[in-house]
Amino acid sequence: MSKKTIEDIEEIKKSTIAKKVLSKDGKRARVTVHMGTCGIASGARDVYKALKDEIKNAKIKDVEIETTGCFGICSKEPLITVEVENQEPIVYEHMNAEKMKEVFEKHILGGHIVKEYAFARGKECQVKERIKNNGALPGEVVLDKTIHGIEEIPFFKLQEERVMRNRGCIDPNKIDDYIANDGYKGMIKALTEMSSEEIINEVLNSGLRGRGGAGFPTGLKWKFTAKSSGDIKYVLCNADEGDPGAYMDRSVLESDPHSIIEGMVIAAKAVGAHQGYIYCRAEYPLAIETLNKAIMQAKAYGLLGEDILGTGFDFNLEIYQGAGAFVCGEETALMRSIEGNRGNPRPRPPFPAEKGLWEKPTLLNNVETYANIGQIILKGSKWFSEVGTEKSKGTKVFSITGDINNVGCVEVPIGTSLKTIVYDIGGGVKDGKKFKAVQLGGPSGGCIPLEHLDTPIDYESLKDLGAIMGSGGLIVINEDKSAVEIAKYFMEFCNGESCGKCTPCREGTKQMLIILNRICSGQGKEADLEKLQDLANVIQKTALCALGQTAPNPVLSTIRYFRNEYEEVLNHNKDI
Amino acid sequence: MGDLNAVKITQEQWEKIDAIIQKHGSSNGNIIPLLEEIQEYLGYIPVEVQEEISKKTGISKNHIYGIVSFYSYFTMVPRGRHRIQVCLGTACYVRGGKLIAEKIEKEYGLKPGECTKDGRFTYETARCFGACGLAPVMVVDGDIYSKVEVPMVDEILKKYK
Repeated sequence: MSKKTIEDIEEIKKSTIAKKVLSKDGKRARVTVHMGTCGIASGARDVYKALKDEIKNAKIKDVEIETTGCFGICSKEPLITVEVENQEPIVYEHMNAEKMKEVFEKHILGGHIVKEYAFARGKECQVKERIKNNGALPGEVVLDKTIHGIEEIPFFKLQEERVMRNRGCIDPNKIDDYIANDGYKGMIKALTEMSSEEIINEVLNSGLRGRGGAGFPTGLKWKFTAKSSGDIKYVLCNADEGDPGAYMDRSVLESDPHSIIEGMVIAAKAVGAHQGYIYCRAEYPLAIETLNKAIMQAKAYGLLGEDILGTGFDFNLEIYQGAGAFVCGEETALMRSIEGNRGNPRPRPPFPAEKGLWEKPTLLNNVETYANIGQIILKGSKWFSEVGTEKSKGTKVFSITGDINNVGCVEVPIGTSLKTIVYDIGGGVKDGKKFKAVQLGGPSGGCIPLEHLDTPIDYESLKDLGAIMGSGGLIVINEDKSAVEIAKYFMEFCNGESCGKCTPCREGTKQMLIILNRICSGQGKEADLEKLQDLANVIQKTALCALGQTAPNPVLSTIRYFRNEYEEVLNHNKDI
Repeated sequence: MGDLNAVKITQEQWEKIDAIIQKHGSSNGNIIPLLEEIQEYLGYIPVEVQEEISKKTGISKNHIYGIVSFYSYFTMVPRGRHRIQVCLGTACYVRGGKLIAEKIEKEYGLKPGECTKDGRFTYETARCFGACGLAPVMVVDGDIYSKVEVPMVDEILKKYK
């Protein structure tokens, strides 16, 4: 690998696309094994090994193996995509070594689809194209129309994949794959054609709001950081995805790491920074490994480091591994952690845009926020704002988990209703149970019950309902689960993760937990509900950081919508 | 194992610890990566190792203890031969993770953070591995087990002697 010019990047794109075309004279077939953390945990490595062995034993050279990160529909893992020259791609689900052998023999060698293992026709990244073509792409032979086209499956049909545009289709360990799909084009445009002010205006006009949960206008944050004086500034990526149940960022980091690098370089040019860090939680070893490889490859190509692509712009990027503290997802605590301290947040002002990491102006954005930037610059703010609501433009990635059929990671236009997400995309409540609530926003969030399911998801509408958009964790809860127990679970979490610096959080969450434990063990008193609400009010208003300020949310939300459950427990002195 | 006083650090281990300290240098900004590498190598960071780090880097013992005790990645107690982590993140909790935790706690007489007397298992609860699609999740020595049900636990743990 050697440093590239802008023309080289264009050449790499063309040649990579050309190399991927299957033909009778070259590579006749391709099998892609999808290997994000979910895939690997379900046994994708065994599938990969079985495939390698089959190819070796058959002594053939015209079948290639590719791997990608997460496919998105985790409940069907391990998944593979089989492409044979001239034919429609076929995605197979719930694979194992035995099934892989069978598919190899019957489909790849024999040309016959193994229907009982087939999940869909077509590749995930072709959904839009397939809809335009009413099915298979031009030149592709359709073998079996009784298998659903991937564009017919609501899980995929109803998504708008922008952040997830490369999912399932590129090898995250191959920078050329990213480049082939217009990767780094946005960065090249920003570095060669745009001033820092123009970049900031584009991001401002897009309407992009921080995807970490707070929803602060991204362009505004960039503007403030750019305005701060000083030669030394920092650009940070918050990859400390700590909300239990949320793994959207993990999915992006493992499947498309270069999208983050590209976004951060653009941000650095906009605000005038030359050093960046990705703070990634230690619980994501595959993401860290993938990011490290991506950074190395970008450096080798001259897309990072000094004089990027000969533009004169320098930017260095490193990974900083977290050490298991939820509070380090808070921006000031994250910065203290990088400095080598306990993750204690600081009061703001001063905001990090003015005084952040090592007291220098610092820009911090979430993984998903950065993943949007390259395309905003390349395709324009108008394109970005074509979807979404009036105040919340673009898409949001959610990880839908819990008591739901189609567990996975989905990206939808903001404004999509919860009902669409739970029933059409998610396939409804598992095991035929009744729906009780959707928990949004993790330990900072709230529950939305059945009567509000038609609510379009956006930052404001969710706030009105006592919940938050949060980082994207969306947990479906069925009728058998106790709302009081869920509230207690989250309070236990917040109390355990409290950094201890401020009294309202340290002592307040402890007291709320004591009351909740008392209620759950049948010792609760009627006055306890009022006590909980009083405490919640004080903690919300006086805690130092968002961890404490939002810790009471799940309790308040469940009292609002499931007060009857609290009262039932109190009245009957029942053990839950 | 599991008993703070029983385990002695060997000369070879001290040399490796010193090498790690030297590699990372003495700036405060490197202390967490330094501690992470020692945690990975030794399996724990007792007070005597913290004191050595303080001596070599000039960073105060108080500060180092503050970091080791704050972040859950670090432990000051030696771990058992095998590390069980039961995920109690929301998705796993909702799908029955608590039952798995209770099964292990009852069967092995352990509370989170404790080690069996024979040094075989350290048991911990974890908050989220990001494998929520496969809840409930249990991780043993880094191997992820998905959709775990209580009857599966014994079979899984049998493999780890």
